[in-house]
Amino acid sequence: MTAATARVDERVAHVGALRRLLLRPELGALVGVLVIFTFFAAQSDVFRSWAGAANWLDVSSALGLMAVPVALLMIGGHFDLSAGVQTATAGLATGIMTTYWGLQLYASWVVSLALMLTIGFINGFLVTRTGLPSFIITLGMFLGLQGLNLGVTKQVTNQVQVSNIDLVPGYHALNNILASTVTIGGAKFPIAIIWWIGFTALGSWVLLKTRFGNWIFATGGDPNASKNVGVRTGRTTIGLFMMVSFMAWFVGNTQFIRFTSIQAQSGIGQELYYIAAAVIGGCLLTGGFGSVIGASLGALIFGMTEVGIVNVGWNSDWFKLFVGVMLLLAVLANQFTRRLAEQSRR
Amino acid sequence: MTNVDVREIVEPPKADPPMLEIRDVTKMFGSVISLSDISTTVQAGQVTCVLGDNGAGKSTLIKILAGVHQPDGGQLLVDGRPARFSTPRDALDAGIATVYQDLAIVPLMAIWRNFFLGSEPTKGWGPFKRFDAGLAKKVTRKEMGDMGIDIRDPDQPVGTLSGGERQSVAIARAVHFGARLLILDEPTSALGVKQAGVVLKYIVQARDRGLGVIFITHNPHHAYPVGDRFLLLKRGRSLGDFAKSEISLAELTRLMAGGAELEALAHELERGTGDVGEVGRELLQDTETLS
Repeated sequence: MTAATARVDERVAHVGALRRLLLRPELGALVGVLVIFTFFAAQSDVFRSWAGAANWLDVSSALGLMAVPVALLMIGGHFDLSAGVQTATAGLATGIMTTYWGLQLYASWVVSLALMLTIGFINGFLVTRTGLPSFIITLGMFLGLQGLNLGVTKQVTNQVQVSNIDLVPGYHALNNILASTVTIGGAKFPIAIIWWIGFTALGSWVLLKTRFGNWIFATGGDPNASKNVGVRTGRTTIGLFMMVSFMAWFVGNTQFIRFTSIQAQSGIGQELYYIAAAVIGGCLLTGGFGSVIGASLGALIFGMTEVGIVNVGWNSDWFKLFVGVMLLLAVLANQFTRRLAEQSRR
Repeated sequence: MTNVDVREIVEPPKADPPMLEIRDVTKMFGSVISLSDISTTVQAGQVTCVLGDNGAGKSTLIKILAGVHQPDGGQLLVDGRPARFSTPRDALDAGIATVYQDLAIVPLMAIWRNFFLGSEPTKGWGPFKRFDAGLAKKVTRKEMGDMGIDIRDPDQPVGTLSGGERQSVAIARAVHFGARLLILDEPTSALGVKQAGVVLKYIVQARDRGLGVIFITHNPHHAYPVGDRFLLLKRGRSLGDFAKSEISLAELTRLMAGGAELEALAHELERGTGDVGEVGRELLQDTETLS
């Protein structure tokens, strides 16, 4: 066996290290991160300082946390257009329950989680049951929740926002967990960055090292073939939608605790950035291929660019142009990679 | 998971009943007789070929053997005992594995991930339970090696394998998960000449390991060299169930093609001009040499 292994390994080297590297889904995003960091760091002192790093990592983390489950879902072959709005739903739910209905903070936190998981379950259940594209199902959820967020908030508060969460008992303990800062090099790094790194590692572990991860790849790659060999594709899909909703709960509450107020209309449009980060990170829109680490690197690209453009003193209006170009380049690179991966070596 | 250990294949003594016997099986769909009184046998270490054109009933027969459909008449006997497969699971439990044309593999996934898809071995416990990738890679390499394929790299996506190698992944997987009898649904039909040859080699290899094989095809040139027994189907009826000693390749081809019909077609094509005429002349030559 060892002899055979050695011989086989020898041949692997012949297949080409470059090709192997090119097939890594996160390669494009990694190159992007390096290029963009070098570009802005060369031009701006602020950007390359500790405080600057804290700033762009902070912006990246909000996006990156959501990009993790969104990437997993995309690898599993689906989208969730309601992901952005769900963050608002989660925050608003906690806010209304605590500040208006007087429910204890942790209790409302848990109820909010249950609510979000239910939303995720509904998304996943409808997608698996009807067989309709997740684009349509979650577009419905997106519009519905948008209306619900605004409607309920106005009904209960007579305003379009919920605030004063910092006056609720227990706030400070939660604030320490979700929204405190760590001082490194004299700059305050929000703790959300650590959560982001942790969840990226966890997501990547689940995807690459567990049975569920194998099923994610399979469900996205070929649902029929997967079903034929006993993969529970329905459960996998529902689980993925619930993971997105879980993270929306986490992110929505973190933001709410941090800024102490939340707008009923917040989160709208963010879902497209999550998807863009996942695609830049090497996830195929058609599913079956991608990387969680790549998606987080994609989010880092966004964060660095958004902050970097301001740091070098450009008009921030250009940010979206950049994002658009970046996305197109990433999709082209992905298509190339996929062709390489599917290519037959006859 | 169980099944990861290396299976031992015990050679059955000669006088044993056939691994699978199909006895007068009939299947109706409404008023359509899809299969009528079909009989054949499959022995361990032998290849039974099922030949027939489109619509001959090959697919129906496979689905009955795979437990997808239930026969309306006749019997299946496994090791001489009557068996009834109500679900595909029953057939699998009896050791009958079907490799369908789509192979049930995911092209973008690595070979070892595909190999264990749906039956992943795990290690660790509770929340730390994880896919035992090391074991999966080792077993994949070993099982593929037993089929005579030295895989370069188990991390390679299956999509980068050739058609024949993909087939071999599906076959090796079926064998690993306990198949005694393999049903291969037109494994050579979508392949080029060379690749088809490779798949035929795998069939022989599976046979030599003591498995029974049912090889479904419409190509007598693929069936004859590897087959021990030939069941010919036409429009749901059996044209005969022959041992290899009872039939020659020429006869097999004639029966398959419907003899006289093919000759008429060849004449008709020959009258055409250009390429069509050329095809006709070749066809005519073929039929003449065969008959």
